[in-house]
Amino acid sequence: MELDKRATGPDSVFAVEMCGISKSFGSLKALDNVDLSVRKGTIHALLGENGAGKSTLMKILYGLYTKDSGEIRIMGQACDIKNPKQAIAQGIGMVHQHFMLVENMTIAENIVLGKEMTRSLGRLDREKMNRTIREFGEQFGLEVDPEDTIMDVSVATQQRVEILKALYRGADILILDEPTAVLTPQEIDNLIVTMQRLVESGKTVIIITHKLKEIMASSEYCTIIRRGKVIDTVRVDQVTEKDLASMMVGREVMLTTDKKEAEPGQIIMEIQDLTVKDNRGIEKVKDLSLHVRRGEILAIAGVDGNGQTELIEAITGLRKSEKGSIIVNGQHIENGHPADTHRSGIRTIHEDRHKRGLVLDFQVGENLILESYKQNRFRGRSRLLSWKKINDYANKQIDRYDIRPSGCALQRAKELSGGNQQKVIVARTVEQEPDLLVACQPTRGLDVGAIEYVRNALVQQRDQGRAVLLISYELDEVMDIADRINVIYNGRIVADLDPAETDEQAIGLLMAGGSQ
Amino acid sequence: MRHFLIRALKKPFTAVLVAILIGFLVGAVTLAVGGYDPGRGYGLLVTGIFSSTRRTMQVLVNAVPIIMTGLAVSFAVRTGMFNIGADGQFILGQVTGAVIGYYVPLPPILHPIFILLCAFAIGGLYAAFAAFLKNRFGIHEVISTIMLNWIAYYFMNFVVNMKSVKVPGSQHSPEILDTAKITFFSREFRTTAEGEALIARQPWLESLIRTDAGYAILVMIAVTLLLWVVLKYTRIGFELRAVGYNYYAAEFAAMPVKRNALLSMFISGGTAALGGAMLVMSTSYFISMLGATEGYGWDGISVALIAGSHPIGCVFAGLLYSGLKLGGTEIQSRMGAPTEIINIMIGVLVLCIAFAPALPRLAERLERKE
Repeated sequence: MELDKRATGPDSVFAVEMCGISKSFGSLKALDNVDLSVRKGTIHALLGENGAGKSTLMKILYGLYTKDSGEIRIMGQACDIKNPKQAIAQGIGMVHQHFMLVENMTIAENIVLGKEMTRSLGRLDREKMNRTIREFGEQFGLEVDPEDTIMDVSVATQQRVEILKALYRGADILILDEPTAVLTPQEIDNLIVTMQRLVESGKTVIIITHKLKEIMASSEYCTIIRRGKVIDTVRVDQVTEKDLASMMVGREVMLTTDKKEAEPGQIIMEIQDLTVKDNRGIEKVKDLSLHVRRGEILAIAGVDGNGQTELIEAITGLRKSEKGSIIVNGQHIENGHPADTHRSGIRTIHEDRHKRGLVLDFQVGENLILESYKQNRFRGRSRLLSWKKINDYANKQIDRYDIRPSGCALQRAKELSGGNQQKVIVARTVEQEPDLLVACQPTRGLDVGAIEYVRNALVQQRDQGRAVLLISYELDEVMDIADRINVIYNGRIVADLDPAETDEQAIGLLMAGGSQ
Repeated sequence: MRHFLIRALKKPFTAVLVAILIGFLVGAVTLAVGGYDPGRGYGLLVTGIFSSTRRTMQVLVNAVPIIMTGLAVSFAVRTGMFNIGADGQFILGQVTGAVIGYYVPLPPILHPIFILLCAFAIGGLYAAFAAFLKNRFGIHEVISTIMLNWIAYYFMNFVVNMKSVKVPGSQHSPEILDTAKITFFSREFRTTAEGEALIARQPWLESLIRTDAGYAILVMIAVTLLLWVVLKYTRIGFELRAVGYNYYAAEFAAMPVKRNALLSMFISGGTAALGGAMLVMSTSYFISMLGATEGYGWDGISVALIAGSHPIGCVFAGLLYSGLKLGGTEIQSRMGAPTEIINIMIGVLVLCIAFAPALPRLAERLERKE
């Protein structure tokens, strides 16, 4: 799929040209002779799996990393960008995945930070500042209230602030790193509209993403990167989602999970009127009730921060609840210890695999027995732990769950890639045959191939008559594998839906606090 | 050659060797600056350690207390607790040894065993108290164990100073009963005709008769192996290591993390106290009023650092440490060079070991250049 040269009008210039860029970290070749040309006034997507090198490429453009070799031209001018300051001077702005805002300052203050407007004696001219920012926002269709404090506004608004900040510093080329990861579907639509408006006013937008749908909806061109190499640059209107996916992964992938009709059985877990406070003493879960049955995947859909974390911590015994009950297999487990949760038949895939899921300095084998080390099969005749038995077991699991590199039982968990680390957790959890498997963000940060794998594993659990409770911030995932959807908003379950009878728009509205 | 270098740099043991080498270099420079011949100094250091089996045995005897505190610190570190309080636990072990060794008359073999059990329990509980404070009130163990060190130190002086304890006209407690001593041969035996005759007949026994060599060495070896087995081959050890590396994952895996903190500190404190009790039972025989602590616990931290917190490594690190100290006295007595030069060497050595994580990175750099 060669770039269509005829579409190059006389006035179409390249805003960014990166030629033959290479970059290594130690023995790892992160980028290998990469070429990227971005036309001025377009939305250009960078697609690739995790660790493919797309973020590295953009960090080089923004001056956060230095390239080993290659050349960068901005608006046709060769230039050497050594740090973000020089990048900003060249009209490049970047919005990072994790926002860099001062939480307790107002929107206007955040935007002008470092370029404040002052009156005599260096006093801040707040009025002028607020007026300027308001007008500036309206100009790009990014309406914000400059006087709001950052910590009081939604994630989507914070993102607008980040974009405005970049524009205020004179960005003509805007890099957005995974901009939709934290947004609801409506907010994603709004962001796409915003990007298109920016492009109409002459700006150039580069988005880094691994979400195919958004590329299809927003971008004109898409460059696919795999293992540090450019696979192709395509016109988005000439390809399908499936094309993009297989170029990204390097093989055919199923974008949706195949599964048969659920056969729900008896109730395994019932939560009634549960109220849980967070560390600051604010009620994050309020009178929440739900139940999960054998043989079904119940998904809790919602935007991050609506009580999911506290709910999980209450179920797993890490946090005390104020009132209400959690009954699993007839046992009360609220206000218990993690061991009580285990005894009741629950195992959990935690959303933070580095903090809670793995002991990164432990070997893969040790991590695989992290929850089952007490079983007698890991002991020798002397009653001591038998590392031979443990490593045999580990190597079997590594084979069965296709954890790579194969035979990595003695390698430290931190040496594995994110996807394989997650496979270790999935293998460990599934092997214990829990009655209820709680999976929080089980595919976060994983690439298409690993996502496919994890989702299939969850469906298999269900097919074996076990229950699965899926907590996900990604609507795609919820729609893909859930048998029943509960929408959580502001600590409450606001809807109990059948995925066959609803759509993403309706759920998105509920997630944002709207009514059905 | 280069490949070999790169591979060697990635091994943790290389770091220790490099550190020792740098330590010796700095020591040599210090000697030279002070106007002493480094070559002669190191010659004396080596002969100080190896000129006779008796001297080498003395290195081993001196190493036992710091190996014990080294083991104590290492065990706690492996399980995620930084036990700065080995000094205080060691002191309580000394007090236990001196008090029970004198006031509780028991038959020979039973007496030392009883003292060791009591010392382990008392030192263990003292250290576990710090873990309790952490579990219950979130007080960091580094703060609490440092404070507990002072309490133990003043407690020892208080005990020695009691009317009923202090030997009149002296600054120390009464000598422990013979039943509580654990050297292979008694001190008196060295000078008896019978002893002289035995040494003449069996020269190899000299190193055992003319030093404080005793069962403490065997206990130390046994404790080392036991701690290693506990960490590597038991379920408790597995839990302790998991907590040490990642508290949150261990908690999430339903391990009893708070109980394990108590247990880990109990074992650590008990080990340090064993060292203190054995020092009294084999060398000092009583405890004295002190103007400052003898610092066995602090030396233990250095030993643990050099050993990379591995129990078996502690034995070798302790021997190195004690060998340098003993050889250092030789440099002082024969050359007049201050022993502080040896302390500088040890300091540099520990400092260099702290840089150890940089070596694998250096290796990566070399690799990239290829």
